[in-house]
Amino acid sequence: MTRQQSQRLAIWVITAVSAIVVLPILVVILYMLYNGIGTISWEFISQAPRNGMTEGGIFPALLGTIFLTLGTAVAAIPLGVGAAIYLAEYAGDNPLTRAIRLAIVNLAGIPSIVYGLFGLGMFVLFLNYGTSIIAGSLTLGLMTLPVIISTAEEAILSVPQEFRIVSLSLGATRWQTIRNQVLPHALPGIITGVILGLGRAAGETAPILFTVAAFYLPNLPQSIFDQSMALPYHLYVIATQVPGMPLGIQYGTALVLLFIVLSLTLVATLIRSTMRRRREW
Amino acid sequence: MTTAKISVKNTSLTYADGTHALKNINLDVRPNELFVLFGPSRSGKTTLMRLMNRLSDLTEGITREGEILFNGQDVFARRTDITDLRRRISMVFAIPTPLPGSIYDNMTYGLRMAGIRDKVVIDERVERGLQQAAIWDEVKDRLDSSAFALSGGQKQRLCLARSLALEPEVILLDNPTSGLDPISTATVERSLYELKQTYTIIMVPHSVQQAARVADRAAFMLDGELVEVGSQQQMFLNPRDKRTEDYITGRFG
Repeated sequence: MTRQQSQRLAIWVITAVSAIVVLPILVVILYMLYNGIGTISWEFISQAPRNGMTEGGIFPALLGTIFLTLGTAVAAIPLGVGAAIYLAEYAGDNPLTRAIRLAIVNLAGIPSIVYGLFGLGMFVLFLNYGTSIIAGSLTLGLMTLPVIISTAEEAILSVPQEFRIVSLSLGATRWQTIRNQVLPHALPGIITGVILGLGRAAGETAPILFTVAAFYLPNLPQSIFDQSMALPYHLYVIATQVPGMPLGIQYGTALVLLFIVLSLTLVATLIRSTMRRRREW
Repeated sequence: MTTAKISVKNTSLTYADGTHALKNINLDVRPNELFVLFGPSRSGKTTLMRLMNRLSDLTEGITREGEILFNGQDVFARRTDITDLRRRISMVFAIPTPLPGSIYDNMTYGLRMAGIRDKVVIDERVERGLQQAAIWDEVKDRLDSSAFALSGGQKQRLCLARSLALEPEVILLDNPTSGLDPISTATVERSLYELKQTYTIIMVPHSVQQAARVADRAAFMLDGELVEVGSQQQMFLNPRDKRTEDYITGRFG
C-alpha cells in the first residue's frame, strides 16, 4: 500500500467512525420525535396530569424542573466560578490546592445516586429542609460543581498571560485585573460550562429521587421548602410505575425533557461561537 | 549617592530552574537621564528591569538578594504599595500588547484603576500622553476605534503613551523599537529625547548602534553580570573592559 493509499484509508476510517458516533444520537431523537410529536400540544405543556396521570399534561413536572434548574444555578454558579477563580488565579501549588483539585476530580467521578443519598442525609434530614426544592437544588448543585469548576478554570487559564501582566504593570491590583481583563475574556467559556452543567442537572433523576421529587402532587409547590414534581422522575414514574399508561404521553414527556437538555446545550454552543467571533485578538 | 533615582545594590537573582540571571549588580540611575542597559540576549537586562517595579513578583520560585532603592526607599520593603510603585515606575514591553478595547480605553485603563474619575483630568492626560509618544496626530480622530486596528509601530507608541498617561517618574522601555521601520524608530528616538526632560528613562535598546545614539549613560551586561557602567562617550568610544569593546565592535553578539 502506498503512502497515499494508506492516507486515504485512514481518512475514510476516521470519517466512518465519526459518523457512527452521530448515528445513535440521530436515531434516538428521530425515534422520540416519531412517537412523541403527536402528543405535544399547548395543553400537554400547560395542564396537570389527570385521571391517574393517564391523561392531561406535564405542567407541574415541567415547572418543577425549571425551578430545580434555576435553584441549581443559584447554588452552583457562585461557588463554582469562585472556586475556579481561586484555583486559576490565586492558588499556587501546595498541599491545600492539591487536595482541592483531588476533591474536584473525585466529585466528578461520584455516581449520581450517591449524590442523591448524600442529599438525603445532609439537606433533607440533617439540615432539616425536608424533601424540598431547596434540598434538590443543593444536591444537583453539588453534582454540577465539578463541571462548572473545571470548565471555568480552563476558560480563565486560556486568557493570554500578557493581558494580566500589562494590567498589573499599569498599576491595577490583582482583583482589578481579574475583574477587568480576565473575567470578560473567560466569560464565554464560563457560561458554556455553566449551561452544560445545568443541562446535565436538568436531566438527572437519581439526585432528586430522595431529595425533592414527588410521585404526584395535586398542587404546585408554594415555596422552595415544598416538594415538587420533576420531569426526569415523572418520566420514570409514568414509564414504569403506572399501568396502562398511553405510550404517546411517555414519548411526549421524554421529548420535552430531551428538548430542554438539547436546547441548553445548543444555547451554550451558540454563546460560545458568537462571543468568540466578537473577539478581536 | 543620594541623587540616584533608582539605586540597585548587590542584587542577585536566581530563577526556579536554577538559572543565575543576575550576579551581584550595582548601579545608579540618575534623575532625567536616559540610561541604557545593553548586552546580548539572556544577559539579565529585562530581568533587572522587571525587578525595579516588582513585575518579578509574578514569576514564581525566584530567589533574590540585595536591594533596589527608588527615591531612597527599598521597593521590596513590606510597606511598599505595589500598585503605586508600578504607576510611578511604568514598564513598556518589547511586544506591544494593547488591551482589548478602544485606543481611549487603553489610554485611560491605568487611570481608571487608580480611581481617577474626573473626565477633564483623564482627557487631558490622554492627549498629553499621546502627544508625548508622537502618535496624537495619527489617532486623535479615532480614539474610539479598536487598539488592535493600529499598525505595529502605532501599537508600540500607544503602549508608551498608555504608560505616560500615568505620569510616572521612571519609564522602563524594553526594546521600544523592536519590529519598527527606520522612520518609526527615528520618531520614537526623537520623542525619547523630549521625554527625558520630564522622566527618567531606563531602556533596553534594539541594537548597540541605538544604544550609542540615545544613551546618556549605559551599562553593559553579560551573563547576568554588570561588566561596565559609564557615560556614552566612555562606553562607546573608549570602553575600559575588553568584553565591552568586543561586543560593541561586533566581535560577538
